[in-house]
This record gives sequence, C-alpha cells and structure tokens, in this order.
Amino acid sequence: MKPAKNNGKSGPSLHKCPTGIVGLDQITNGGLPRGRPTLVCGGAGCGKTLLAVEFIVRGATEFNEPGVFMSFEETSEELAENVRSLGFDLDDLIRRKKLAMDFVRVERSEIEETGEYDLEGLFVRLNHAIDSVKAKRVVLDTIETLFAGLTNTAILRAELRRLFLWLKDKGVTVLITGEKGNGTLTRQGIEEYVSDCVIMLDHRVHDQLSIRRLRVVKYRGSTHGTNEYPFIIDEQGMSVLPVTSTRLLGHPAATTRISTGVPRLDTMLDGKGFFQGSSILISGTAGTGKTSLAAAFAKAACQRGEKCLYFGFEESPAQIIRNMRSIGINLQPYVDKGLLQFHCTRPCLYGLETHLTIMHKQTEEFKPTVVVIDPVSDMETAGSVQDVRSMLLRLLDYLKGRQTTTMMTSLTPAGDSVNHSVAGVSSLIDTWISVHEIEMGGERNRGLYILKSRGMPHSNQVREFVFSNKGIELLDVYVGSSGVVLAGSARLAQAAREQAEDAASKQEILRLRTQAQAQRKALEAQIAALQAQALAQNQAVEHLAAQDQLRGVQGQADRTAMARSREADVAAPAVASPQRGRHL
Amino acid sequence: MTRLPKKIKARARKPQPAEVSSDLWDLRLYVAGRTPKSVRALENLKRLCEENLKGKYHIEVVDLLQHPHRAKIDQIVALPTLVRKLPESMKQIIGDLSDTEKVLLWGGISSRNAKSSPAGTDGEGA
Repeated sequence: MKPAKNNGKSGPSLHKCPTGIVGLDQITNGGLPRGRPTLVCGGAGCGKTLLAVEFIVRGATEFNEPGVFMSFEETSEELAENVRSLGFDLDDLIRRKKLAMDFVRVERSEIEETGEYDLEGLFVRLNHAIDSVKAKRVVLDTIETLFAGLTNTAILRAELRRLFLWLKDKGVTVLITGEKGNGTLTRQGIEEYVSDCVIMLDHRVHDQLSIRRLRVVKYRGSTHGTNEYPFIIDEQGMSVLPVTSTRLLGHPAATTRISTGVPRLDTMLDGKGFFQGSSILISGTAGTGKTSLAAAFAKAACQRGEKCLYFGFEESPAQIIRNMRSIGINLQPYVDKGLLQFHCTRPCLYGLETHLTIMHKQTEEFKPTVVVIDPVSDMETAGSVQDVRSMLLRLLDYLKGRQTTTMMTSLTPAGDSVNHSVAGVSSLIDTWISVHEIEMGGERNRGLYILKSRGMPHSNQVREFVFSNKGIELLDVYVGSSGVVLAGSARLAQAAREQAEDAASKQEILRLRTQAQAQRKALEAQIAALQAQALAQNQAVEHLAAQDQLRGVQGQADRTAMARSREADVAAPAVASPQRGRHL
Repeated sequence: MTRLPKKIKARARKPQPAEVSSDLWDLRLYVAGRTPKSVRALENLKRLCEENLKGKYHIEVVDLLQHPHRAKIDQIVALPTLVRKLPESMKQIIGDLSDTEKVLLWGGISSRNAKSSPAGTDGEGA
C-alpha cells in the first residue's frame, strides 16, 4: 500500500477513475481511485448527492462506464426529478442500460430484530444491480441511514466493513456519501472503513453570502491539492475551481508582446506593449479613464482576431458599449462576431469564491486570450482584504497558467496613496499603470504613468491622456519651472506661451543681428575714413619732403650757377640730382 | 434446501386459505443460500409455527441467490428476513428468530401459545 507518488500528469502509478466533474479531476490528479471506495462527506445540503449523481451520469455518458446508484434517502423517482434541472436524464440512462437505480428503504418502525442477522440482502441487491448493467461505478447515498434503521451497530459495522471489501473485490469504483458528524467526518465514522480517498464538501454562509467548498482530506497513494477549493452548482452541474497556488513555478513566460490598444502607450512600454500572459493592473481614482483603457485593450485584442472575455462589475454590457462608442471605441461588432464576451454581475451577488469559480468556468468555456476584470476593487465588497488577495492570487495564477493576458482595473479611493489599490496585489502584477487626476487652474485632467513593468525598459514619464472621438491619445505633459505638471488648458496655455516666447526671441535675435551689422558697417566706415586720413597725411608729408628736396637742389644749382658766375671752385655733388628729381 | 422449491409451489394455492384470512398465517422467509443463520431461522420458525399455529400457517422460503431481483421488490436489506403476508403487515422481522417471544408478538400469534405454554401468558392476557 505504498505506491510511488503520482507526479503531476506523467505516469500515474495509481489507476484513476475520472469523475468528469469540472475541476475535480484536476485536484485529484485524474479522478477517484479506481476500484476503491471514496467517501464524500459534508453537512446537509452541501451537494453530496449531486456530486454522486454527476459521477454516475458522467461515467455513463462520457466514459462509457455504466453505474449503479443505490439511494437510501430518496426514491429513484424523486432523485430523477431533482437532477433533471441539471440536465441529467436518469430515466433515459436506465432505458439504455447505462444506469441501475435502487432505493433502499430502511424504516426502524417497520423492522423488528431478533437474533443474529447480516446485510446479505443488500449485497444481493447491489450485486444484482451491478450485474444488470455491468456497472463500473457504484454510489451508495447515504449508507449511514442504515444506522437509523437497524439497532445492532456491531453487526452493521462488521457488515459495512465486509461490504467495502466485497466491493473492492468486485473492482468497482465506489462513491459513498456521508453526513458530517459531531467532530467526525461522518456520523457513524464510516471514514474508518473507507480510507482510500475522502472528499469533504462544505457549504457555509459568510456575511449573508453562501460559499461552497471542496477539500480532498486524504487520498492514499496519490498526490492531490490540499486546499479548500470553491465550487458552484449551476445548470450544468457542479464545477470545482482547481486553482492552486502551487503551480506558480510552472508558468511559461512568453516573450510575445501584444498591443495595449493605445499606440503611445505601446511606445512607453519599450515600443511593443505588454507581454502576453502577463497581468496588468490599471489603478486610479474615479473617472480617470480606467475602463476606457481596458476597452481599448479589449478592442485591440479583438482586432487581432483574439477572444476577449470582459468581466464587468459596475456597468452592464450595453452601457459599456454605449459609453465606449463615445470615445471612438466601438465594441459592438466584436460582440456580434463572438470575439468579445461580456459577463457582468454585481459583486455582492455571490461570495468571492463563487465569483472566482464562475470566472474560472467562463474562461474555460470561452477560451479567451485576453481577460478584462473591471474593476477588481469592487470585490472588496464581497470579502475581506485578505480574502480578495487570496482570490486574486488564485485567479491570476490560473489565468497565467493558461497564458491569458489579464487586465484588471482598480479604483483607488481619492486621497489615498497609489499603493493602496487592491489589497496590496502589487506583487502579483507584472505591469502596473497608474492613472490619476491632475487638478489645477480650475480644471481636472488625466495623467498616466507606468508604475512598473517587469521585464522591459519602460518610460518613466508622466503623460497626459485625453479622449477624443478617435480614441485615447497620450500627450507629453509640461512640467513647469516649479516642477508642477501642466495639463489640459494649462498645457495649451503653456504651449501658446512658449510659442509666443519663441517668436519673440527670434525677432530679438534678428534685431540684434541687424544692429550688429549696422554697427559693424559704421565701424568699417570709420576705419575707411581713418585709413583715408592717414593716407592723406602721409601724402602731405611726402609732398613736403619732395618740395624740400627740390628746394635743396634748386639752391645747389643756384649756388653752382652763382659760383660759376663767380667762377668759384665746386665740390661737384651733382650726380644725384637728376634721380631725386625723377622720384618726386 | 431441496425443500425450498416445494414450499414456493405450495404458495400457489394461496387463494384457497385467503378466504379464511384471519385463521391463516402466510409467512415468507428470505434467505441467501444455506447459511447457518438461515437454517437456524427456518428451524426456529417451523418449530414456532408447529407449536402455535398448527395447520394454520404457510411458510414460503425465498432464496435470494436464486431470485436476486426479489430483494429489490420486497425491500430486503438484512437476512434472514421474515415477512408476514397474512395477516398483512408492513413490519418485517429480521434475524435468526431465536427470540420466540418477539416473533410471536410480531406475528400476533398468541392465543394458542398462551394456553399451551405458561411462558407465553405475560404476552397476551385476553
């Protein structure tokens, strides 16, 4: 009795009998132990019988394993009536020899006991039923009723022990239901005999909201999820939410990028947008455009031909479509094409776990690549902060596991710090975009920045984001000298002011340049004048010098002539004279 | 156990004693094969009837191993089970019928017994 641990999906060492119940087979790594008894216990109205019926019906319809349903509480007719609303047609299965039903009625007032007896009659009936349809599955619902009908518990216990051994020998997979007892799993301690697998169901009401949960208490020879898993019962039967937080490490990490639906936002995210399969949070105060961003994201997904599932907790689908149309995001065509599906409920309608289960179920059915939850903060009305966190953790974990990109919006109470949003889910978020209001100059505008974005370089700038009838646009904001971000008309005013300043400074330059030119010209003129003056002076000097020389030559000549006339002796320096005369 | 089929056949003559219903005890004993308990039950029953209802009873023994479908029809869980068809009663008595007092009380069989055996006087005074 010590088989190797069943490691996830590969190589099951223990034969499993799939229940066909959504989620339960995942938790139990493939189903109930084949050929062995499983005990399903819980309080009144927790869904034990339903689980048992579904086990039998799915076995007969989906796995071609006929079953026997032995009821100790309800007649076959009552039971068939009760489960018809879930789409189970027991009468049809009986006709097709896929199901044998037997109602065992044990009424204490109608039974007198004397001496020794056994439960061989029950064995005979069960054996007969099993043989009549060649059953592989057997349900005993609720066998403990026998204790109410028969007084000799010593015999009963011995016989039940024998019954389970006998059923094991028969090789049928048995599901036994049992009512929760005081401090024990079942009233009569049936768990003592059924030790292979025990599943406990629970239906509790917290803050007027009912939550159904399932837990695998033990599963001999197999690994199994040990948490409490929420489940729902709806028109398709039971579905368990198999989300566990242990799968986290197994997430694939895609490198594919997908558009945010706002081109400028893509640019801020390294030019490529979000990672596929990442979780995105858009937090902000009321009316900052969270839903619009989500709608743009949803539209972008649909434009790529992908499926988007939109969970709304505040507005109806019609209202979202109408409102988004006003900013140029028309979602209706995608709804018509079946690419976009809305699922809108009030958060207070169910408990958190039920929400989670429904979201899980919808996702499984619709198989979207993109999921929008708008807004996730509304969940806080359905549970405590801790519960919301735990629920989101499991939801995101699940969505991540199936590579679904998830965008959640979250309302931050005004005046609160940005980090408050959604119960500190920050650690679960890959890309966190914060939208906030910028209030100044008598108006209110929207600012956007990326708080974090794992695995990519991203812009650290605040952008103003504006709506037009063409969609969402991101604009640079002006940061004034005092560090104040300017947006809206302040931004426009600032832009105008800067433009004016720009023009003014250009004119000034032109003026200065002209002035400089004029000055240079004046200086040049002055320089020319001075040069002319200098030249003139020089010429005058030269002229005087020439005159002077001329005068000297003339004097010499005069003196020579005079001497000649006086017949005087001359030293004769007359050679240079003709040269100098030519120079002048 | 070879006697069993005869008993079942005998039951076919049932309409005859039905006319004197108050005087006839039509009993049906369910067993599954020849187990010590079933043998003991049948012995106890026969002795009891011989002592108290001589000539006024009829016992049918149904072996569920041979007629398993009858277990469901007659709502049999425990074995051996004794059912009283006449005088008609919903109440079964289960076990090896070792407690004669109880069986007599259950069967409304007391008058003869009261006369023949002092042990039964405390059962029915009238």
